[in-house]
Amino acid sequence: MEHCAACGTAEQQAKLKAVIEESRSTPGCLMHILQEAQGIYGYLPIEVQKTIAKGLGISLSEVYGVATFYSQFSLKPKGKHKINVCLGTACYVKGGDKILEAVEQELGIKCGECTADGLFSIDSCRCVGACGLAPVIMVGEEVYGKLTPEKVREVIRKYKDEEAKA
Amino acid sequence: MTIQELDAIRQKKKDLIAVRRIVREQGEKLAEKTGYRKQVLVCGGTGCTSSHSKQVIEQLEKSCKELGIDDVLIVKTGCFGLCALGPIMIVYPEGAFYAQMTPEHAKTVAEKHLVKGGEIVKELLYSGTVMKDGSIIPFAETPFYKKQMRIALRNCGMIAAEDIDEAIAAGDYAAIEKVLTTMTPDDVIDTMLKSGLRGRGGAGFPTGRKWAFAKASQGDVKYVCCNADEGDPGAFMDRSVLEGDPHCVLEAMTIAGYAIGAHQGYIYVRAEYPIAVQRLRIAIDQAHKYGLLGKNILGQGFDFDIDLRLGAGAFVCGEETALMTSIEGHRGEPRPRPPFPAVKGLFEKPTILNNVETWANVNPIIMNGADWYAGIGTQGSTGTKVFALGGKITNVGLVEVPMGTTLREIIEEIGGGIPNGKKFKAAQTGGPSGGCIPASLIDTPIDFDNLAKIGSMMGSGGLIVLDEDTCMVDIAKFYLEFTVDESCGKCTPCRIGTKRLLQLLTKITEGKGTPEDLDKIQALAEHMKASSLCALGQTAPNPILSTLHHFRNEYEDHIYNHHCTAGVCKALLSYHIDKDKCIGCGLCAKNCPVNAITRTDYIAPGHKLGSFEIDPNKCIKCGVCFSNCKFKAVEKK
Repeated sequence: MEHCAACGTAEQQAKLKAVIEESRSTPGCLMHILQEAQGIYGYLPIEVQKTIAKGLGISLSEVYGVATFYSQFSLKPKGKHKINVCLGTACYVKGGDKILEAVEQELGIKCGECTADGLFSIDSCRCVGACGLAPVIMVGEEVYGKLTPEKVREVIRKYKDEEAKA
Repeated sequence: MTIQELDAIRQKKKDLIAVRRIVREQGEKLAEKTGYRKQVLVCGGTGCTSSHSKQVIEQLEKSCKELGIDDVLIVKTGCFGLCALGPIMIVYPEGAFYAQMTPEHAKTVAEKHLVKGGEIVKELLYSGTVMKDGSIIPFAETPFYKKQMRIALRNCGMIAAEDIDEAIAAGDYAAIEKVLTTMTPDDVIDTMLKSGLRGRGGAGFPTGRKWAFAKASQGDVKYVCCNADEGDPGAFMDRSVLEGDPHCVLEAMTIAGYAIGAHQGYIYVRAEYPIAVQRLRIAIDQAHKYGLLGKNILGQGFDFDIDLRLGAGAFVCGEETALMTSIEGHRGEPRPRPPFPAVKGLFEKPTILNNVETWANVNPIIMNGADWYAGIGTQGSTGTKVFALGGKITNVGLVEVPMGTTLREIIEEIGGGIPNGKKFKAAQTGGPSGGCIPASLIDTPIDFDNLAKIGSMMGSGGLIVLDEDTCMVDIAKFYLEFTVDESCGKCTPCRIGTKRLLQLLTKITEGKGTPEDLDKIQALAEHMKASSLCALGQTAPNPILSTLHHFRNEYEDHIYNHHCTAGVCKALLSYHIDKDKCIGCGLCAKNCPVNAITRTDYIAPGHKLGSFEIDPNKCIKCGVCFSNCKFKAVEKK
């Protein structure tokens, strides 16, 4: 496993091992470990799931079953800027679907995909609880509200420009 | 901590909190006693944080320092409930309600209002608090607030959310004191039963009965769980309570632990609510330090502790058995009932699970008595209910009203009506498990039983207002897409039933539906209701059944006329430009994402530039041209 790129750096591996050690005696710890692991790696490559299964003494299928059940977990890498378009009811009736379309067009990828340069990924989510600002998107942890298709294009362009300068 | 110490904290900050509850003259007198001439409450909930309330607070602190103001207290609170006007800021003792604040505004308020002898900055106030004659009313007297009765939300937006002392002074932990010193477990359960409180998470099961079952179950290990996995899209009252008054949930769970004989609690909270999670962590730490959680609480010999568990985005985990399976670390799939959780729940031990809003009602019931609570609301549904008012409504936000309040009062008086002069069409309650209430039933008093009677349900209290621009078939389809995504797949009726229903609805929205499809939908929906394993599948057909019942004409319009009544369903739409109305400004062409709009040689009489036309083969029907054209030259057919 030392030779595999998806296992990440030695530092990431050490962190993951520490999380597993720390939590393994808590009943029902698998979800917590997966959440931490995704925080360390950005997603849950199969090798990471194997490490967790081994560390907890459970089968890989059990780990994979949980990892694929919850929408928070991703088996694929996400972009540097994770865009989440809210499609909860309050956002939907205020045109959340049109916001998603605009984001997709602006980045040239579909929902669930990541741009080839690894900078942006788009996902849809169900309600971030900011219904008063509908329609909203999240870019990373930042919430942008009261959007229109034009405004959301501006938001994306702002990130693109920053990346171009960097 | 002893009871005396708890009381000392309560007394110390009592006046400080009281200033925020009484305004005008009495408030001013009281304010003098507290040592703070003014208090500025700034919302630090999710909505206002997204609108940059943090910068507003920083600027306030900076300006006050520069101006040498040292007798003004700045408090970061939880959600006020009027997120659309955020960031929100209220200055006491006047109760002056500032909305949509920016750091520049904060600077102005500090310079003109917070300084000694300062005056309210009228132009920055929320317009609803400035009367026609120029007089100013306090926040508490606005139509939005006045009609409400805040029991569950009593402290939200009123106290510093990360300060346990303020929570104690505002009344938290008074009920646990009362329970541990003067009540037996049976007394507590009796009070809950008599109060008539029903679960606020969706099903409306009587809370007292749930507790009584769990108490009757044998076993030395039992659990108390809090469902904070607020999955109903469009509902955010639980988030608001957790962000604004997290201690009230911890206290209520401890009371339940005492009542049923449990010593461990779990709060299962959505990971999508980072502020709520953080405030809960802080609250649990503080309660530990004060001995309000842990061993020998208040020196009364009762032990109780609470752990946090983060959900990972699965709607089905709002179902009680699925939530427990998820806490156990597995796929969050529901289990057949019986055995009910009160007998065999989390880790196979007797367990009670209540949702956040239910917990938030426990302290007032214990403090004011069951009769007081049972006197509010309607006979079958006592107390108040928090609604998350959203969609096409002027005042988007959280409102708490007595059960039995009519939809009209909520929408027209508290909600301020429908914006842009549009017509009210329906209100959706209960999220993906609920249904739509048509305009003709707007005078229905809302409670658990009345909503069920008209084919909807209370659910967790999302109330989405729909106007004439909403297609009811499309809304039903929207909810079905949601349940298809969120069905866990364990039982066949739900897994396959939702998918087939969605296929039928998609067919109809594409104009390919047949009259027989409506019969098929009806039959399939009834089967699903009868045979699904958990509430998700049993209620998934509700959005279709209720729209089919109240808005059958719209379904028929799609099927027989290939026409979408509200002009939403894309397959049945096309956009055209009226060449005689078009002045040739080109705004539509400039904004068209697919370059489907080009100029023609035709110049309309009275105009100078050639009009535009849309190439139907290129048009993706996004509607940008339609919403941008100021001359109403773009038509939707």
